[in-house]
Amino acid sequence: MSDFVARRPIWSLIIILAVAILVWLIFSIWTPGMEASFGRKRVFLSALFNGITLGALYFLVASGFTLIFGLMRNVNLAHGSLYLFGGYLGYSVGEWTGSWLAALLVAFLVVAVVGILMQVLLFRWMEGQDLRQTLVTIGLSIIFADLLLWGYGGDTFQVTAPEWLSGPVTLPFAVALRSNGEAVMMTYPLVRIAILFGAIVVGVLMWLALNRTRVGMLVRAGVDDRDMLSATGVRVQLVFVMVFAFGAGLAGLAGVVGGTFQSLQPGEDTRILLSSLVVVIVGGMGSIPGAAVGALIVGLAEQFGSVYMPTYAVMLTFVIMVAVLAIRPQGLAARR
Amino acid sequence: MALAGLDIEQRTRPRESFGEWVGRRGTAFWVTAALLVLMPAIASPFWLVQIIAYALVLGMIALSLMFLAGYGGIVSLVQMTVAGLAGYLVAILGSSAITQISLNWPWWTAVPVAILVATLFGTLSGALSVRTEGIYTIMITLAIASAFYYLTLQNYTIFNGFSGFNGILPPVFLGIDWGQGVPFYYLTLGCATLAYGAVIYVSRAPFGLALQGTRDNPRRMAALGFDVVAHRIAAYTFASLIAACAGVLLVWYQRQISPGTAGVGPVVDMLIIAVVGGLSRPIGPFIGALVYVLLRTFALDVLESVGLDGRRYQLLIGLGFLIIVLFSPDGLIGIFERLRERYRRGRDVRDGAMGGGGAP
Repeated sequence: MSDFVARRPIWSLIIILAVAILVWLIFSIWTPGMEASFGRKRVFLSALFNGITLGALYFLVASGFTLIFGLMRNVNLAHGSLYLFGGYLGYSVGEWTGSWLAALLVAFLVVAVVGILMQVLLFRWMEGQDLRQTLVTIGLSIIFADLLLWGYGGDTFQVTAPEWLSGPVTLPFAVALRSNGEAVMMTYPLVRIAILFGAIVVGVLMWLALNRTRVGMLVRAGVDDRDMLSATGVRVQLVFVMVFAFGAGLAGLAGVVGGTFQSLQPGEDTRILLSSLVVVIVGGMGSIPGAAVGALIVGLAEQFGSVYMPTYAVMLTFVIMVAVLAIRPQGLAARR
Repeated sequence: MALAGLDIEQRTRPRESFGEWVGRRGTAFWVTAALLVLMPAIASPFWLVQIIAYALVLGMIALSLMFLAGYGGIVSLVQMTVAGLAGYLVAILGSSAITQISLNWPWWTAVPVAILVATLFGTLSGALSVRTEGIYTIMITLAIASAFYYLTLQNYTIFNGFSGFNGILPPVFLGIDWGQGVPFYYLTLGCATLAYGAVIYVSRAPFGLALQGTRDNPRRMAALGFDVVAHRIAAYTFASLIAACAGVLLVWYQRQISPGTAGVGPVVDMLIIAVVGGLSRPIGPFIGALVYVLLRTFALDVLESVGLDGRRYQLLIGLGFLIIVLFSPDGLIGIFERLRERYRRGRDVRDGAMGGGGAP
């Protein structure tokens, strides 16, 4: 942290200023003049929170994608299909058992098994052939999409949130003042806050696992130099299978999460895949902190874009991607 | 060392003229050419336009992808988007049924401007994506392509949103209505032949050879003094020109254009067409396109006639693609060449055995 400040004084100043302005915007009571130029504070705050929670969902999906890519150089274009499969599975399990946590767990485990099968049966045999692996994932995504359409039809599904997570919660941010001077507080769905919290926990656990455990050390070594790791006698195939299973499982888990506060329908797989692509391109390929930064930026850009410039919302995300590619082609958080 | 190697290469393979190249073609080439030229006499209008002409148009777009992937080692998914943009521009600048947006320019200004702008767009996408290497390209171009798709879907002032444009008619020129079946067929055949010839010519020209060098060993090419990035961007420009021309033909064929034309599905389909046909030769994309169009048109009937659900044709395409990728990485051309090789070897063995037995 202090290292970053020392190396990039100007950037640090800009970041600190931006954060300060943001905090002030969140906590202050907006004057009528500000409301006239930026719209109502409630709209701004909900775009902000929706963006952050959407970023949390994107982080869950994209971290698996970027981990698989970083270690195995495998652009898994079937990742969106794994997400949608996890979501549908979670819906079925949730309807059957009535438990949201069971849905999360089953989706994680089953999709992780699918990931293991993909790695063991297909990708293991074409190691080092980047393009061929990617083409195989394209074929798989078409097959998965059609199988899911066959199984679940074209209807829209939503995973029911559990009783203890439903309903709104009051946040300590005032959105406006009543005429008697009493502040109106922001209310926000509890389930979204729980998801944000869950994503942060997953992110921190992943960071700890990668940086403080032996397996994490192997994974990091594999990302840096796969051949050398294998030459030191590590059973690198086992590490690959584990990472693929974990990445796929996260996608399945994210499917249930996404199905809870968004909806599940055919086509959602491509949408999520494309969002993860942009997240990973912006954040830096193969980097978990990069995925977090990228997911936050893309989530916020999508929400603010759709609130403040509806017809060009996609262009905002796209312009961010182009700007990152033009200035730092390797992504914001990548080392190389 | 490297220079000596190049010298030998040049001495053993002198540059051949176009006449020599034509003379070297085998029977298969002439049979196919004659068949294509005489097609209107044999085929019904449905086959002529809906199958062959459509396959030629899709083949041209896939050809631009094949040129980048086969000779440049760049797998770009943006080619369908370039074609889509050219089609949209023809609709916006020229005339369509959406009179409040279309500018009603005559076709001889609308079409060149459309091709120019689309080529420029392809070049810019290329310039963005060549900054990173290898497999990243596929991700970046897919992201660009989907951004274009969502832009056309959401934007109503220029792209007319979800419904897009309809009523786009091919021009009447030289007293011929190019929208009629036979003239349109010859128009697409002419353009496809030109594109095919151009790709073959460029692949043998110094630029194409240098491009193949950057595919095989970019660092060595850079050390020899070639600007690798510039070669790759120029390859994008050339490929985008072909894709843009095909896009104009595509919008004249469909007579309408909507976001779905360049959606994520068609973008990936182009890659599938090129890979199924084969990325090693320029004829591959056309074979792939023909197979794809036949499959799309008849899969429903075939599936239902054998008692399966006709709606599962997407599954059929996915499985077929997966099998091709797993067992024949160079596509249908690869399968064909392996069969021919086996046949030739079998004949050689037979001939050898016979000759041995008959010798005194």
